[in-house]
Amino acid sequence: MLRINITCLRAWVLAGVLAVSLAAVAAFPSTARAAEPIKIGFSMTLTGGLAANGKAALVAMEIWREDINKKGGLLGRQVEFVYYDDSTNPANVPGIYTKLLNIDKVDLVVSSYGTNLIAPAMPIIMKKKLVFMTLFGLAVNDRFKYDRFFQIMPSGPEPKTDWSRGFFQLAMSQSDTPKTIALLATDSEFSKNAVAGARTNAKKAGLEIVYDKTFKPGTADFSPIVRAIKATNPDLVYVGCYPPGAAGIVRAANELGLEPKMFGGSMVGLQYAALLTKLGPQLNGMVNYDFWAPEPTLDFPGIEAFLEEYQAKAREAGTDALGHYLPPYAYAYLEILGQAVNAVGSLDQGKIADYIHKTTFDTVVGPVSFAKNGEWAKTRVLMVQFQNLEANNVDQFHKPGKRVVLYPAEVKSGDFIYPYNRAR
Amino acid sequence: MFSIDLLSNALVAGLLLGGFYAAVALGLSIVFGQLDIVNIAHPAFVILGSYVVYMTNTALGWDPVLAGVLFTPLFFALGVAVYRIYYAGFERTGRESLAGLAFFFGIMFILEVVIILIYGVDYRLVEAAYIGQTLRIGIIDLPYRMLVPFITAMAMTGGIAFYLSRTFTGRAILAVSQDRLALELMGANPIRIKSLAFGIGLATAAVAGALLIIIGPVEPSFGRLYIGRVFAIVILGGMGSIKGTLLAALLIGVSESFVQTFVGPSWADAVAFSVLLLTLVVRPQGLYGRL
Repeated sequence: MLRINITCLRAWVLAGVLAVSLAAVAAFPSTARAAEPIKIGFSMTLTGGLAANGKAALVAMEIWREDINKKGGLLGRQVEFVYYDDSTNPANVPGIYTKLLNIDKVDLVVSSYGTNLIAPAMPIIMKKKLVFMTLFGLAVNDRFKYDRFFQIMPSGPEPKTDWSRGFFQLAMSQSDTPKTIALLATDSEFSKNAVAGARTNAKKAGLEIVYDKTFKPGTADFSPIVRAIKATNPDLVYVGCYPPGAAGIVRAANELGLEPKMFGGSMVGLQYAALLTKLGPQLNGMVNYDFWAPEPTLDFPGIEAFLEEYQAKAREAGTDALGHYLPPYAYAYLEILGQAVNAVGSLDQGKIADYIHKTTFDTVVGPVSFAKNGEWAKTRVLMVQFQNLEANNVDQFHKPGKRVVLYPAEVKSGDFIYPYNRAR
Repeated sequence: MFSIDLLSNALVAGLLLGGFYAAVALGLSIVFGQLDIVNIAHPAFVILGSYVVYMTNTALGWDPVLAGVLFTPLFFALGVAVYRIYYAGFERTGRESLAGLAFFFGIMFILEVVIILIYGVDYRLVEAAYIGQTLRIGIIDLPYRMLVPFITAMAMTGGIAFYLSRTFTGRAILAVSQDRLALELMGANPIRIKSLAFGIGLATAAVAGALLIIIGPVEPSFGRLYIGRVFAIVILGGMGSIKGTLLAALLIGVSESFVQTFVGPSWADAVAFSVLLLTLVVRPQGLYGRL
């Protein structure tokens, strides 16, 4: 009899525990949800023409994810990435974001790399009213005017003209003032935007434009173009292009003796270890845009530790060995999003956007605050001059004094050698 | 802006560029022009050539051209293997037209991914003493970066033309696309001949890859930019004519150079393809093709 009673009692206790557990789960769904990770979705240029930067960005983003998860994640939840390769093809981007939002049900989105890959996602992001942290788009929001758009590249509030402002301020502040300029751009959205801004700045400065052309990606030999520019005898040569163009133009300029008073501008690639190392002394004297260099004026908290970790991973991933150009900013755009989510305490997109608008963030690329249009409140597109470069030596780019910052004044790290041939 | 200096340099730069184009198009001229195989992956094999040359240049310090030449046997063997798969999978069953095209598209993407997995996605360049140096003859500038590829391309084109016209196997390659049955009656195995031809076509990609990476940086998907141009050169030259391919490449190179110098670089492709269209209107068979 007693035996039966004990068995009954055990059954009742077990049933009671189960009932309480079920009731607890039903009553507090958020407790169970807290264990679910926060999913950040994005497309990225992992193959195709911009893969070199896309892969480098991904390495940096994964470092951030590891760092944030070690610190307890966002809102107490671990962070997961859901991402797809857009193959550097803008046509793939809308489909990827539709899938991320409707099938994968991601909590937050950030952009792929580059103007051409950001713009196609905008209509979908805007329709869903999401915060959109974007990575290196030039003047994308000029057309969309979306109030939850943010862009991590330090172009400034007027991206097109801010982009080349430093180049022209440096040129026009010399005693031997230049009078003419040649403009050359790759036939692509980014380069054309950069050169459009340079055109506006050149006109404002009263410079006569003696050459203004574009060239197709895939141009094999730049000798005819450089000769045509040389024939116009410009004082300044401003070029907007991608890495293959940058290497071709620099080499052709050296081979054919193009020596204006100032040469450079917006040449993507002259920030990467591969091109810097191989072009070496051919770059001496050029003034080109950049976003970070190992100069004492740019020694922000956390940047050295980040680069050390990135460079170790880059060897395995086969990405840019230095990582000075894009990776710190790929880390920073997630830093900002993460700081905002934790500060707001929820995934409310409106509140996150408001917080980002009114806050100055401490990041590995220094303090960042945004203007109304989502661009940096103040431009920090660096103008660096290559000085005293040696041939085939990658180690020199880890040290200061090789990419001397001339602009903006608050981070200036050395003197401008002008004209161009004095630094050769 | 017009001057004798610009005019003569535009002509020379165009010829140098055209020589390089000939090297890239040569293999396709054999494979597409003579064997009628639409090897859309040919530029991807050229990029593979660039990467193996990069590897030996960086690790062993080999000269890029020498490395390209040394890799030709390996590329030849690869070509034979690729053709055998293509034959067994598509040509033998008569499905080569569309399925074969998809096969080469697939190969192109596989090659890109393999290169990414081995070398990563970063841009790659090579070192050689002559890169960055210029030979000046009067008013003419000859950058060695373009001159060395030109001379190499001429030597390779001459060698291939000689082989095809003066040897039994070479003549058999020319014959296989014209009359397979007649070739069999002559005692030659058409499949073996086609394998050899495909191998030779791919062997040229090793050298063309070396020339490409001497001229500028490459990344895994860079070959896609050359697909349209190399097919245009082969068609303009007259499907399978080595002499025609060389002439077409020089014509495209010179027209691009003149347009870049005197009109505007962005028009270069349009003018090059207009040359192709106009030529085909006058000579539908191409410069050296047969109707």
